[in-house]
Amino acid sequence: MSLTKAERTIILSMWDKISTQADAIGTEALERLFTSYPQTKTYFPHFDLRPGSVHLRVHGAKVVAALGDAVKSIDNVAGALTKLSELHAYILRVDPVNFKLLSHCLLVTVASHFPADFTADAHTAWDKFLSIVSCVLTEKYR
Amino acid sequence: MVHLTAEEKSLVSGLWGKVKVDEVGGEALGRLLVVYPWTQRFFDSFGDLSSPNAIMSNPKVKAHGKKVLNSFSDGLKNLDNLKGTFAKLSELHCDQLHVDPENFKLLGNVLVCVLARHFGKEFTPQVQGAFQKVVTGVANALAHKYH
Repeated sequence: MSLTKAERTIILSMWDKISTQADAIGTEALERLFTSYPQTKTYFPHFDLRPGSVHLRVHGAKVVAALGDAVKSIDNVAGALTKLSELHAYILRVDPVNFKLLSHCLLVTVASHFPADFTADAHTAWDKFLSIVSCVLTEKYR
Repeated sequence: MVHLTAEEKSLVSGLWGKVKVDEVGGEALGRLLVVYPWTQRFFDSFGDLSSPNAIMSNPKVKAHGKKVLNSFSDGLKNLDNLKGTFAKLSELHCDQLHVDPENFKLLGNVLVCVLARHFGKEFTPQVQGAFQKVVTGVANALAHKYH
């Protein structure tokens, strides 16, 4: 699965807007993940996961920064995320099912912040893009 | 069985009271067909599904979306007995419509995205959490009679 030219354009132009609120969006997506899917908290026993915590803000910012790297190299997401892919495969070993859950929460966050931009086309583009990122992050698992 | 706390039930009914069920239904079904195009396999008789614009403005899609969401609305009034409420529809989806239950999960999550889009900040993580439980419960109820 790969992005069409039109989908790439949508992602790039929406990213301009998203990046102005990057940290807040990352933090909110994580909050949504932990609220809707409490089992995902098992990967963060060492974090303070209360809303507004420093841990959540720092980690949310990290997640969105990585997405930003992927967007900047949208034609070569695998190349941009090699190190992260290795990290997830060998150190973090997050079960692959969880990437779908976080992707969904990112979509919900973007939809709630950018209702006018989140057209059906944009919904498709983002769903595909996040699937591609998820694939890259799990491709070295075995 | 779906287990919502009293607060979650109140969050769900609070938001649902403001939902324009007809519009949201059409938008959710339309987005399902656009974002996950393989779901179009069930709708050969719906006419023009050739592009996102065609799908989102297709009158049959809107009408069917409305039907689906009104049914979902009934479920919301019977959160303590979703399996009973959706028993007949479950048989229908298995025996007549031959719909893979995976599609119920897809539609549930698309509906959550649509609600987020319509309600913005009001669709807080807590409201989302409550709705995720509901859509999972409805999806499970619709799959319950499959054999």
